[in-house]
This record gives sequence, C-alpha cells and structure tokens, in this order.
Amino acid sequence: MSTKTHVQTKINGETVDFLCEPRQSLLEVLRDVLQMTGSKEGCNDGNCGACTVNMDGRIVDSCLVLGVEAAGSEINTIEGVATSDGLHPIQQAFLENAALQCGICTPGFIVASKALLEAEPNPSEERIRLWLAGNLCRCTGYDKIVRAVMDAAQKMA
Amino acid sequence: MKWIDFANPTTLDEAIRLLSEHGEKARVMAGGTDLIVQLRVSPERIGNADLVIDGKGIPELNEISFSKEEGLTLGASVPCYKIYQNPTIAETYPGLIDSASLIGGIQIQGRASIGGNLCNGTPSADSIPTLIAHNVVCKIVGPGGTREVDVEDFCTGPSRTILEPNELLVSLHFPAPPKGFGARYIRFIPRNEMDIAVAGVGASVQLDEKNSVIKSARVALASVGPTPILVNEATSALVGKSPEDESAISKAGQAAKSAATPINDMRGTVEYRKHLCDVLTRRALNAAITRAKGGTIDVH
Ligand SMILES: Cc1cc2nc3c(=O)[nH]c(=O)nc-3n(C[C@H](O)[C@H](O)[C@H](O)COP(=O)(O)OP(=O)(O)OC[C@H]3O[C@@H](n4cnc5c(N)ncnc54)[C@H](O)[C@@H]3O)c2cc1C
Ligand code: FES
Ligand code: FES
Repeated sequence: MSTKTHVQTKINGETVDFLCEPRQSLLEVLRDVLQMTGSKEGCNDGNCGACTVNMDGRIVDSCLVLGVEAAGSEINTIEGVATSDGLHPIQQAFLENAALQCGICTPGFIVASKALLEAEPNPSEERIRLWLAGNLCRCTGYDKIVRAVMDAAQKMA
Repeated sequence: MKWIDFANPTTLDEAIRLLSEHGEKARVMAGGTDLIVQLRVSPERIGNADLVIDGKGIPELNEISFSKEEGLTLGASVPCYKIYQNPTIAETYPGLIDSASLIGGIQIQGRASIGGNLCNGTPSADSIPTLIAHNVVCKIVGPGGTREVDVEDFCTGPSRTILEPNELLVSLHFPAPPKGFGARYIRFIPRNEMDIAVAGVGASVQLDEKNSVIKSARVALASVGPTPILVNEATSALVGKSPEDESAISKAGQAAKSAATPINDMRGTVEYRKHLCDVLTRRALNAAITRAKGGTIDVH
C-alpha cells in the first residue's frame, strides 16, 4: 500500500509543497489539501471543464490529472486570475455581460478563455465556441459567455 | 478512487521491469484521459490495476521526429496539441490533424495521446482509422525486445489489443508520404464537438505522378464493429481507377457499408450506421483526393 508522496510544484507563481496519495487528482489536491476551492468539481470525468486549470501553458481538466503529476510543473488556477489591482478584464466582462448565474462553471470558463485570449487575442465567435466546447454550462445558454469573451478580447486589445 | 501506486520511470528498461513484475496489475499512463476515468469508475474492467506507470518521463515515448526520407516517428505519449501545433506534421499529415483536433475538447487535447487512443482500443477511437489509412507501424517493446506490428492488426476486440501485459507501445511510425498522397478522417456525431462517433471513416489515396490514377487506397471504419475495420474491398474498388471516377468511389462506399458490422444502441441503429459508412467513405475519399492533388480541406 502506498504512502503519501511529497510533491513540489508552482501554483500561481508561488512554490508550493504538498503531500498527497497517488490516487488523488490534482483537483482533489487543490480543493481538499490546499484549500483552493476556486476550481470546481462538476462531473469528475473530463466532460464539464469546471475543474479547468492551466498546467505548463495548456488548459487541462484537473480531475483527469494525478496530483503527483504536478511535480515540477507550473499550475495556474482561477485564484491567480485577479490581481491586487482588481479583476481581470475577462472576469469584469463576465460580470458586465451577465455571463454567469449559479457560477459553478465560471472558474473553468474564465481559466479556459484566458488561455485562448493569451494565445489568440482576436478569435472569431466560432473559434471561441470551439475552444470552449469542453466547458459545460447548465444555466446561461452559452451566448452570454461567448459575448463576454468577445467583449474581453476587445477591451484587452 | 481505489488505492494505486505511481511510478515515473525515465527509461524503457525500468518501465518494462515494472510491467514484468506487476503484470496485469500495472498500467502505462499517457494523458490519463481514459485511464484515470477507468480507475475511478470501472477498475474491474482494467483488472483492478494498482500501479500506474507514467510513460511521459521516458524519452522514446515523447519522440516527435520527421524526415522526408524516413517519415514521422510519433512517441506513444505525445499529446494531441503537440501534434497539431507542430507545423511540419500539420503540413505533411493533415489527416492525422483531423483526428488529433477532434478527440475531446481543448482540455482533453492538452493531455490525450494518439498512443493512448490506440492502446485503449475502443472501436470508436477517432485516431485508429487514421493510423490505418496512413499504413502506420507500431513499435512495441517487452522483456524479449522490440517487435513491429501493422496498426490494422493491433486491436483484437473491444478494448483488447495484441499487447501482452508486460509490453508497452513505444511509438507509431508513419511512412513518408510521397507526392500524390492524401488522407482524411471524418466522423458523424449528433453534436458539433465532444461526443463519441456514431460512425467514423479514415481514408487515404496515393495518386500517380499525373494525378490521373489511384495507385493505392485505404478505407478504415470506426464505431461499426468490435474493432476498427480495414475495408479491403474498398481498396480493390479504387486501385487502377481515375480519382474522378465517381462510380469507383460509390463502389468503395458500398464496400464500406457491407464491411460494417455495427450494433443497435442509443447512438444509432444498424441500418443508420451502415448508411453513414457509405456516405462518410465517399466524403472522406473525395477529401483525401483533394489533398492528394495538393488542395486544402479544412480540418473542422
Ligand atoms: C471528455 C472526454 C472526451 C473524449 N473524446 C474523445 C473523442 O472525441 N474521440 C476519442 O477517440 N476519444 C475520446 N476520449 C477518450 C480519450 O481521451 C482518448 O482515447 C485519448 O486519446 C486517450 O489517450 P491518453 O493519452 O489520455 O490515454 P491514457 O488514458 O493514458 O491510456 C489509455 C489506455 O492505453 C494504455 N496505454 C497508454 N499508453 C500506453 C503505452 N505506451 N503502452 C501500452 N499501453 C498504454 C493505458 O494503460 C490505458 O489502458 C474522450 C475522453 C474524455 C474524458
Ligand atoms: S470536474 Fe473535471 S471536467 Fe468535470
Ligand atoms: S452558470 Fe450555472 S452552470 Fe454555468
């Protein structure tokens, strides 16, 4: 039987050490070990994107990453999106465009949208919809989310 | 999730030693997009495995190398995004990009590998018909050394492959495409993204130097049988014919329809799926021909 493993990683720019069991997902480590509950559990099987984090420059579903795999990586989560100066333009655009209702999907959508706009500052609506196909929302009907991302893209230009 | 141990070997030898010691109880992991779900939801379906061996630290499993003479060697763990972001692969093997860019969504593509898609061995796997269309050869290692297997012989049943418990897939070798080669994968799903194929078709053609004769062709089907299916009768219908010969393309579509042995399930009926095989085969072949002539077909 396995004991806990010591993992050193970088989360939102800061070096973090934690202990976890190999069976714990990165999502479980974030939420249950590190008390970073911004990343949400929707489906726990890779379909909903509520647990989206950025790992080494790529968005991934943290429910489908083992905590031990974070060793030596750079993880960015929703907790690192706003700065001391205030909300990120994408967060502001979500508020202004009413792109959330219950909010469970929102951290995942914001982390995913941020990665898109960092790679492609001016994506088409179609590209945004394709990029966000791995994020599910049961409340908004998606249109407001897509409009918020387009709005944020303009403001960030 | 049940208890597991985790190993991240940095050499093939170490991985093979672990596999030999733990047998059925050990599983190699690439992106984990199938494996982690299985460990969580249905561990009995993977022999109650209790050791995960991460292959991502092994250099051979991460290899991406291409030369005009040798073709492409794609390590078994390479995630989809590294494939479609590689300009050489994107230009040389657009048929592979078709598959790599439709497995899951962006988050899944950040982790999921083609090697994992193949080793998982589901009939609906979106890369396997593409690999068959490209005449891919699989490099496998075990305690006895290395062996090479044609990809169409890799899957032996639903989620069953020719891999022995102490073997692992190292890489996939794509021959260098000569001028006049083109390939395309398309699937039918009721949604736009993020769904399991009702039917899928990978097709390739090799035209002669004047683009007037089909010298060889391959059609392979997903989701319509216990394994992906290579349709040999489609090859016979096409070889020696003009790429403009619509009746040859239609015959290939009919051959695909006959070769399919789908089941009725919530995704579609037998009749519907067979019909899809015909339609998708014709579309995939026409797109492969366009690419073979140097034209472009949008991936999505
Ligand atoms: C939300 C979601 C959407 C999906 N959508 C699609 C889709 O559209 N199309 C599709 O085809 N699939 C889809 N999948 C399934 C899955 O993402 C793919 O099959 C993927 O390619 C698996 O690759 P992986 O690297 O994650 O494999 P892993 O999960 O790491 O491994 C899969 C299997 O292969 C074995 N394995 C891995 N590497 C090796 C090796 N080197 N040697 C021996 N055995 C090995 C593992 O032990 C395991 O049994 C989806 C999955 C999810 C969760
Ligand atoms: S909780 Fe990870 S994708 Fe739904
Ligand atoms: S706001 Fe409720 S799921 Fe998206």
